[in-house]
Amino acid sequence: MAETHSLQDMRQQASIAAKVFIQRDYTNGTMCQFQTKFPSELETRMDKQQFEETVRILNNLYAEAEKLGSQSFFEGCLACLTAYTVFICMETHYEKVLKKIAKYIQEQNDKIYAPRGLLLTDPIERGLRVITIFEDRSFSR
Amino acid sequence: MKNCEYQQIDPRALSVAPLSAQSHAEEKARRPRRKWEVFPGKNRFFCDGRLILARQSGVLPLTLGLIVVTCGLFFAFDCPFLVEHLTVFIPVIGGVLVVFVVTSLLRTSFTDPGILPRATADEAADIERQIDTSGSSTYRPPPRTKEILINQQVVKLKYCFTCKMFRPPRTSHCSLCDNCVECFDHHCPWVGNCVGKRNYRFFYSFIISLSFLTSFIFGCVITHITLRSQAGKSIVQAIQESPASVVELVICFFSIWSILGLSGFHTYLVASNLTTNEDIKGSWSSKRGAEDSGNPYSHNNIIINCCVTLCGPMPPSLIDRRGFVPPDEAVPAAPASEMELPPFTAKSDANMCHQSTKDVLERMLNSSDFHGLCPAGTPKTTPLVQEGPASAPAEPPAGCSRPHERGAAARLCRPLSKHSRRDSLHSINPAFRLASPSPSLSRSALILGDAPNMGFVPLR
Repeated sequence: MAETHSLQDMRQQASIAAKVFIQRDYTNGTMCQFQTKFPSELETRMDKQQFEETVRILNNLYAEAEKLGSQSFFEGCLACLTAYTVFICMETHYEKVLKKIAKYIQEQNDKIYAPRGLLLTDPIERGLRVITIFEDRSFSR
Repeated sequence: MKNCEYQQIDPRALSVAPLSAQSHAEEKARRPRRKWEVFPGKNRFFCDGRLILARQSGVLPLTLGLIVVTCGLFFAFDCPFLVEHLTVFIPVIGGVLVVFVVTSLLRTSFTDPGILPRATADEAADIERQIDTSGSSTYRPPPRTKEILINQQVVKLKYCFTCKMFRPPRTSHCSLCDNCVECFDHHCPWVGNCVGKRNYRFFYSFIISLSFLTSFIFGCVITHITLRSQAGKSIVQAIQESPASVVELVICFFSIWSILGLSGFHTYLVASNLTTNEDIKGSWSSKRGAEDSGNPYSHNNIIINCCVTLCGPMPPSLIDRRGFVPPDEAVPAAPASEMELPPFTAKSDANMCHQSTKDVLERMLNSSDFHGLCPAGTPKTTPLVQEGPASAPAEPPAGCSRPHERGAAARLCRPLSKHSRRDSLHSINPAFRLASPSPSLSRSALILGDAPNMGFVPLR
């Protein structure tokens, strides 16, 4: 069993060195929010405040996307009245905010994460399950 | 794995086969594939990924057929009489309702219900690591759950073994479609799709408009027959003049009870922000006596609940059907020494087994120094780490003829095979190749895992 345990460990260490996953935070229900807890693997790599700021702003953007405001309500009613055919020609409010989020992540990568050898991925590519932070392997160890 | 048998491989045939497989693989690699083509769930896609349907489309054709036939008969036989004797608005209202019904039905059937894409291998490994560090030493721990607090309510998140992730709250795995669906309501055979977060509003508008339509047609047909029989004829005569009306009456009569019942039920669910799944399981019913309900997702206000469910923002599809599969996720066509897994048909273990046997034996025949890789008494994992994707790791179980080393390799391989079985299942998922940071390590584990089931039987 000793050999198998070490193989498993090596695989796991390799994954840890390459990626850190920020999981979803469900304390407010099914809304898309991510955990702001600073992962221990990044302690040597970046500032805790900056990380928390990034995740906090992302959470706010997702909250804005899912908010039941007057705009989304109007959009929903219009869609219902037109038998939902309006979505064929119109971009939904959520999609507009997702574009904003993509731009924000790009900006954060350029300004803060890339200089430290890290890369943030857009959670929409992972089905809004996780935010992945890639570590440049040459920096690890 | 059950079908693995040692097969005599003709070495001459081997030199031809990998080349053709390689060129075929290269061809496949050149054509960019869309993600819907490699989607792991049981779904069917149309219009190049724009439309999605469950593989078991159930009775969707029947539903459509019934609606079209009934409405057709109504417009053909009842409307002329009613327009003449009542008002022209009858077919207009009927037309509007039919349009609503058919559009909602098609949108419900062909919309992604909120399928969650499966976790990549890295995420799954990360989650497994987090679970394993909390204690269990067996390979298959009991079903995993995680408890979290939502609005002061304890909610259990279950781990989905198929999708390799903890299911978000209100998410359920549909066994018919083999997908985790967000806010899973139920799998409806009448629409041939799951009803979940993204298409619940369409489903609701479908059943509401269908109730109106069936009630409308029922009422109109009764009026039609009554008006006919009032002009001095008996009902039997009236029916004989318009036999189609009877057909419509029968269809509407039988469907109206179930449709109205379903509409009422779903109106209640919408008002209390529940899903059919939660209602049936009674997830929150124990607390119902106390306040409004123990449902942590409810806003405790009927109007707000309705607005949130029906008029809330439309979430995007998370499965990116029309995106292109990244090129390095496709066939591993490059180095010839690498093991070639049949790219997307590798769902059967037997397939993989035979392929890996061929490759193992091929390398055994071609490799010149495999004897050097059976060191006596050294830990067997070192060749795994040092040699990477080359031929080395496969040698010990298949090539070693010295008994004590075979025994040692057997000791290594047997426990590994269980671990590698999981790996081999991972590697069936094409995403694994992209996500895995150390493909050499995992592929080696795969080779080792596959080989011993066959390798040891003939060597005895």
